Amino acid sequence: MRYLTARKRAEGKGASGTGTEHFWYMKMSGVGLAIITPVFLVAFGRALGGDRAEVLEAFSHPGMAILTGLVIFFGLRHYAGGAQTMIEDYAHGTMRRALIIAVTVLSYGMIATGLFALAKIAL
Amino acid sequence: MVQLTLPKNSRMITGKTWPKPDTGGTMRKFQIYRWTPDDGQNPRVDTYFVDLDDCGPMVLDALIYIKNKIDPTLTFRRSCREGICGSCAMNIDGINTLACIYGMDEIKGDVKIYPLPHMPVVKDLIPDLTHFYAQHESIMPWLETKTNRPAKEWKQSIEDRGKLDGLYECVMCACCSTSCPSYWWNGDKYLGPAALLHAYRWIIDSRDEATGERLDDLEDPFKLYRCHTIMNCTKTCPKGLNPAKAIAEIKKMMVERHV
Repeated sequence: MRYLTARKRAEGKGASGTGTEHFWYMKMSGVGLAIITPVFLVAFGRALGGDRAEVLEAFSHPGMAILTGLVIFFGLRHYAGGAQTMIEDYAHGTMRRALIIAVTVLSYGMIATGLFALAKIAL
Repeated sequence: MVQLTLPKNSRMITGKTWPKPDTGGTMRKFQIYRWTPDDGQNPRVDTYFVDLDDCGPMVLDALIYIKNKIDPTLTFRRSCREGICGSCAMNIDGINTLACIYGMDEIKGDVKIYPLPHMPVVKDLIPDLTHFYAQHESIMPWLETKTNRPAKEWKQSIEDRGKLDGLYECVMCACCSTSCPSYWWNGDKYLGPAALLHAYRWIIDSRDEATGERLDDLEDPFKLYRCHTIMNCTKTCPKGLNPAKAIAEIKKMMVERHV
């Protein structure tokens, strides 16, 4: 029990001065992904069913490689942003911070892995 | 983490069924949440029967009937009985609304009444709105000016005055904020739809000169951006206002400052 005034409780530590950047990034990446993901899925679908050499050739095409790179990067960063929002909604305190760190590390880890694999194929 | 089960002291126990009034009229069954801090008991739902032939048409009329004629210990807030003061906000038939303007004929079956959800209960149907009011106070619900006070008045065009329509009518009943899941989970930090609607009311006021400071105070992942456009606030508002739109307008202004 702390003897704080209601106003002090409501004010908390004040506004952090952030939030809009995250909000805008999620909107922009959401719109961008809505455009490039179907294109990627169509291109990916075309490569499906081919033998190893055909698939490698498809992904080594500059257009396909750039598209895949964009989907990997923005898809996983968008995922991390969305997951952070969910974590902030439902987890509190140290658990919240630990989960946000975990999701951020996971997303960058998956981006690095995906881009490395792509570079190995395309270059 | 979010609590998915009720704490032990919030679990319901069997309530009391009060005898039907001996008036021979048309009876309506009411199930009402009861809890008092005085007896150390868990909350319960008591059952009452209201004679509709001896009672007004609104849910508040029935509550007053119960308090006057059956159980004087039933506790609830009420004042204006016409949707202006916002005192009698409660959860009726699963909807946060004002008991004074909610007709019993709008409800099918038994009438179930609970206090506004996810708020500490003071007693029976009375929620503790201390934090809710403090959040409202924190958005500075008054005109902030820097220019010297004019000799007569702060002038406002008819068009600019029109922008306040749909905002100034809010009676702070808390129906919207207590229907918002984001406010349930993060009500300590998230300002909630009511306070944000009022924040927008002052941001958009042509006479107010603290727009930047007001937006600065809302620039926060929790104070403002916990709103996920769930729209429960707009759906439940007993005054027919649209807090979700007001919040969206604030977000739009925030983006305009950045981009």
